[in-house]
Amino acid sequence: HLLPGPGGDMQWCFSQVKGAIDDDVAEADIISTVEFNQTGELLATGDKGGRNKNQPQFRSEYNVYSTFQSHEPEFDYLKSLEIEEKINKIRWLPQKNAAHFLLSTNDKTIKLWKISERDKRPDGYNLKEDDGRYKDPNSITSLRVPVLIPMDLMVEASPRRVFANAHTYHINSISVNSDNETYLSADDLRINLWHLEITDRSFNIVDIKPANMEDLTEVITAAEFHPLQCNTFVYSSSKGTIRLCDMRNAALCDKHSKLFEEPEDPSNRSFFSEIISSISDVKFSHNGRYMMTRDYLSVKIWDLNMETRPVETYQVHEYLRSKLCSLYENDCIFDKFECCWNGDDSVVMTGSYNNFFRMFDRGQHRDVTLEASRENSKPLQVLKPRKVCAGGKRKKDEISVDSLDFNKKILHTAWHPQDNIIAVATTNNLYIFQDKVN
Amino acid sequence: MGPTLWCTDVAAQRPRGNMFPKGTKRKFSDSGEEAGSNGDQGQAASTSVAAPRTLTSSYSLQRQSLLDMSLIKLQLCHMLVEPNLCRSVLIANTVRQIQEEMTQDGTWQIMTQALAAAQCPSDRLVATEVLCRQTDPATAAQAGQSPKPFSVVGLEEGYHSEEVVMEGEVETEVTMSTLSPVSQQMPSASYLAGPFGMGPCWEEEDEDGDGEDEDDDEEDSEECVSEGEEGDRDHLRADSRTGEQVFGTFEIKHPVPPADPALEELFSDVDPSYYDLDTVLTGMQSSPKMGPYDLLESLSSHGPTTLSSSSTCRSDLNELDHIMEIIVGS
Repeated sequence: HLLPGPGGDMQWCFSQVKGAIDDDVAEADIISTVEFNQTGELLATGDKGGRNKNQPQFRSEYNVYSTFQSHEPEFDYLKSLEIEEKINKIRWLPQKNAAHFLLSTNDKTIKLWKISERDKRPDGYNLKEDDGRYKDPNSITSLRVPVLIPMDLMVEASPRRVFANAHTYHINSISVNSDNETYLSADDLRINLWHLEITDRSFNIVDIKPANMEDLTEVITAAEFHPLQCNTFVYSSSKGTIRLCDMRNAALCDKHSKLFEEPEDPSNRSFFSEIISSISDVKFSHNGRYMMTRDYLSVKIWDLNMETRPVETYQVHEYLRSKLCSLYENDCIFDKFECCWNGDDSVVMTGSYNNFFRMFDRGQHRDVTLEASRENSKPLQVLKPRKVCAGGKRKKDEISVDSLDFNKKILHTAWHPQDNIIAVATTNNLYIFQDKVN
Repeated sequence: MGPTLWCTDVAAQRPRGNMFPKGTKRKFSDSGEEAGSNGDQGQAASTSVAAPRTLTSSYSLQRQSLLDMSLIKLQLCHMLVEPNLCRSVLIANTVRQIQEEMTQDGTWQIMTQALAAAQCPSDRLVATEVLCRQTDPATAAQAGQSPKPFSVVGLEEGYHSEEVVMEGEVETEVTMSTLSPVSQQMPSASYLAGPFGMGPCWEEEDEDGDGEDEDDDEEDSEECVSEGEEGDRDHLRADSRTGEQVFGTFEIKHPVPPADPALEELFSDVDPSYYDLDTVLTGMQSSPKMGPYDLLESLSSHGPTTLSSSSTCRSDLNELDHIMEIIVGS
């Protein structure tokens, strides 16, 4: 069950875990998003309390670099409803100078944050004391040139732009364009295009709101720009379709260029078919030739040139298919799992229940189930593959479906863009694993 | 633990003959057999081989339970935070699917006729915990409209008489449930939940920035509010602000039918085994692995946090417990 990689078999080892140890999870600490930056130097997490945490890598370890409150809870007076401060998505901008920029969004508002380091401070002002008080001009007898002196590293996060009031519905995705000037934000019914410099205007590029809300049967679930073609983006829906749009065709991209949809398997049809076909995440491969979608039970890889069906399908937890009614009753069937590619697009990863996560090696046609748990958290401890027993005799070390803990779900995972380092978020803990070879 | 509506053992274990009002049993069996031989739907196909009457009845019962559960879900998403539109849409689509299938195999018509003929006692929970207001027959008749597909229709401020109207040839109205005396205590549940959390009035305000939603509401609203409910209306308006934001509801027209013990039987004994609901409704046929125990119970015996105890569930369950207490108490 080991995934072979360059230089032999890959073995995943525990590296670090962040977060509270006890089981009493504070609502605000629930991790809601995880994202590496383009170099992998920084790892950002967002939580339900609206906080962003950035961890830089130092000797293969990630430590807190900065923590800041990105969003505050708000109250929508018009609807008398609270707007959660939960961070739904974080996306890093490609680095252009010494500072780092990221976009962070809650349900309604996107913010651009600048994260910069300060390790020097000015000293020796003529008109000001060290503490900032102004000197009496009459007391100044000589002039000096202020100098910059070293200081302890301070990381500052400052909001540079606030993109607000453009979304009636809850934002589920943001995606930075490869042109580094624009980005899109998607809510349940609309997708807007922004310029990073302009906050008082956005262009609506997709609108699937029906004239009569009675007729609403489908919502947008995720959207992403193509990593290389700045005119292309995709969005997925609750009915299991993915639409690829070309912004050069029209200002309003309601008409798709391509529609990706797999015909339903009639032998599997049930009242839950639509719900489990709803796509919770869509991600382009790094090379831009494929895209991956996650629905409730599977991960599918699509060739952008073939709309009729995916080229690869991986079952994440097929043993849940017979439990769909229970999962509907306790709402687990609506859990939105994310998925991610590794750096060279050869392996994909997604989460599951019981703090399990799954990796699928596309080339080797092998897959593995691993677990993020405190019990397996000794330094450099190799993760043992896990197996779920769907029925019949349970072998030793297997877990039966009925013993799975459906409260322990891994919704967010991220893979370092170059190395075999992964970040896996359980409810309120962030686990970092790396390949032993590292 | 989940709502007690769910717990029972499966069809094969006990006769289902008393589940349906007298006089309609045979009709249902026929239509049930028809549905069984239809075969193009996975679950029907899988049951057509075995004793058609028993299994099909069980399937219908479980389908009804799924319908009830879906309606409860749509209603119970009255939180301070806006409900999840995607989830609501998916649940509403599920309800529509069930309704379509029930309409096709004639079950819907039978059920509506039974309900129309029976009286829903004002203090009983019938079928679902969906609430509706009593309307007097005059205003109910007044509001008669052409049947529409089971869908969400705008809920306007102050309007709290609900009706479910069906598509096509089914002209009768369905009374899904009533719990009117209790509704005072549960202001947020006194409207049938609009799943999408946004009233057209609110959207217009967002988009156009003008405040003429009141007039728009009045044009669309059903004229089903009886005089006696003026006081209630204000109470509702104040308490059910989430109801106001609800752009759609499942409207239930309630013609105050007389009580019928058969009707009570129809809806009171809704508790299929959880496991079998899973297998039947997910179109898979496999031998029961857990016997008569329902899935939730067996899971909860394994550990503290399993299928049954998600935190989202808990608040819903508390509300359901509250509802059940009230029913049992009265």
